Amino acid sequence: MRSFLTMLGIIIGVASVIILVSIVNAYMSYMTESFASLGTNRISVNMVNLSTRSVSDDEMYEFYEEHTDVFDNLSPVVSVSTRVKHGSDTMSSTSVTGVSEEYLDIMGYDLAAGRNIQYSDLISRQKVCVIGYYVASELYGSAENALGQTLKVGGYAYQVVGVAQRQSEDAMEDGGTDDFVWLPYSCAVKLTRNAVINNYTFTIMDLSAASDASELISDFLLETFKDEDLFSVTAMSEMLDSLNSMIAMVSAGLGGIAGISLLVAGVGVMNIMLVSVTERTREIGIRKALGARKGVILQQFVIEAAVQSALGGIIGILIGSVATTAVGKMAGLDASPTPGAVLVSFSVSVAIGLFFGYAPARRAAGLNPIDALRSE
Amino acid sequence: MEPLIELKHIYKIYQMGGEEVRANDDISLTIFRGEFVAIVGKSGSGKSTLMNIIGALDVPTDGDYMLGGEDVSEMTDDQLAAIRNRMIGFVFQQYNLLPKLNLLENVELPLLYAGVPAGERKERALASLERVGLADKWRNLPNQLSGGQQQRVSIARALAGNPSLILADEPTGALDSRTSRDVLEFLKELNEEGNTIIIITHDNSIALKARRVVRIHDGKINFDGDVNEYAAILKAGSEKYTEQ
Repeated sequence: MRSFLTMLGIIIGVASVIILVSIVNAYMSYMTESFASLGTNRISVNMVNLSTRSVSDDEMYEFYEEHTDVFDNLSPVVSVSTRVKHGSDTMSSTSVTGVSEEYLDIMGYDLAAGRNIQYSDLISRQKVCVIGYYVASELYGSAENALGQTLKVGGYAYQVVGVAQRQSEDAMEDGGTDDFVWLPYSCAVKLTRNAVINNYTFTIMDLSAASDASELISDFLLETFKDEDLFSVTAMSEMLDSLNSMIAMVSAGLGGIAGISLLVAGVGVMNIMLVSVTERTREIGIRKALGARKGVILQQFVIEAAVQSALGGIIGILIGSVATTAVGKMAGLDASPTPGAVLVSFSVSVAIGLFFGYAPARRAAGLNPIDALRSE
Repeated sequence: MEPLIELKHIYKIYQMGGEEVRANDDISLTIFRGEFVAIVGKSGSGKSTLMNIIGALDVPTDGDYMLGGEDVSEMTDDQLAAIRNRMIGFVFQQYNLLPKLNLLENVELPLLYAGVPAGERKERALASLERVGLADKWRNLPNQLSGGQQQRVSIARALAGNPSLILADEPTGALDSRTSRDVLEFLKELNEEGNTIIIITHDNSIALKARRVVRIHDGKINFDGDVNEYAAILKAGSEKYTEQ
């Protein structure tokens, strides 16, 4: 019973380290994954709509042409808040965006049918559109059927020239990744009744040069705006970096808490070992009378402590693993105990057992056999 | 003939509340191999202190103690442990068997600490249990045995290491008179086989089973001689007592 209580501390300590570290790990990789699917090579530019100072799309393209060694693609992003209609059907949550022909590459999508928006569509403001797979299947039944059909955006009829491939692996839903309509941005600008375009998305050639590229854009915009508060340049990879460092911090914090619980468990082991030495004073006396040297007694108690904490560690690993999988399932994460957490928590628990077992063991070994024999 | 035990001017002095207590006050005693000695004395006489010194459980404050030709009085803890292991077999009043070990494991302990390999250890421990007639119960735990049987196990443990001296501290203190007689008979038998035996007791009737009696009083030896002589003194004393 007493040895079980000793182990309980270690069990809880080890299990909590494994659960915390593994769950945070799984969450981190989940976050990273979902962020990566947003495109880490993208840089978003957002400008405040000012009547006095602005950067036109031509200026932006000029800037882009000057730095094609840094930038891969550029597309204006013009969000249009309107509903998409086809006959009596209305798509209420479909996002309507004005983009350039490069947006398909920026998003990393392929076409399931038809063609992409073309440069000629942009300059001649052709009322054509590329639609998401969900829109195509909801309004026309399939991608092929959608081609050549028209849908109404803001009262104007647009011909469907292309359908993007299905993106989401799960069931498609309203407002999901497949629920969009892309128009030539020149058309979209007219729909928004804005003279200028406020949002652009660049992609960069080299992921590691993300911050340099962001700075390049900032410098360029600063020339016009003279104030850094009037625009923002956001690199997805930088966000990913800051997200990662944030998660690492949280993970370290939780690991610290779990570490403290392990330490508390260690103090518990020492406590119980001290009690055990006191209770077993007579046994120590007998053993010493029969000729056990100090070293032998020391060894016996240290081994006992180590075995006890190792056993606790193993049970802790088992409980931690089971709990990690269970919690992971509940949270919808793919969580499994990380080998690092298992290894570290196990070796820490054994080390604690050895370390905290040593002090009482020393005391036990140093007892005078006569006093030890006399104790009840 | 070389003496097994040679105590020369042994003092054991404790400081108790600033007062000096002389538990052993200039004790000199020589015991040869093959003797059967009873050290007798009232509680507080210093006989337990003397036993601790003879048993190499403690070192004297002053004086020399030669055990089997080795000077024990200046030894370190670990050297004392080795001497105890090699030379002395203890039989305690409370048996002092380890409750979680079975009889065989208990008897094996001194051999374990002597570094005897496992196979030989088991063999010798079983032989020792056989000697006290409990070999068939070797799997039992001590608390499954009667007091007399437990004391026999502790004697088996004392014999296992084949020591030069068997030191029995009140070996019958916890036993009824019949089992006491058995245990004493057995010790006598062992002595007849050549073992040196010292019994520490407060009970004169037990002391009379030995062949030589040493009486301790106030830390000093006030009688050392043949058991018959001691019996005579006791008889005279009790007669004197009855006369009064």
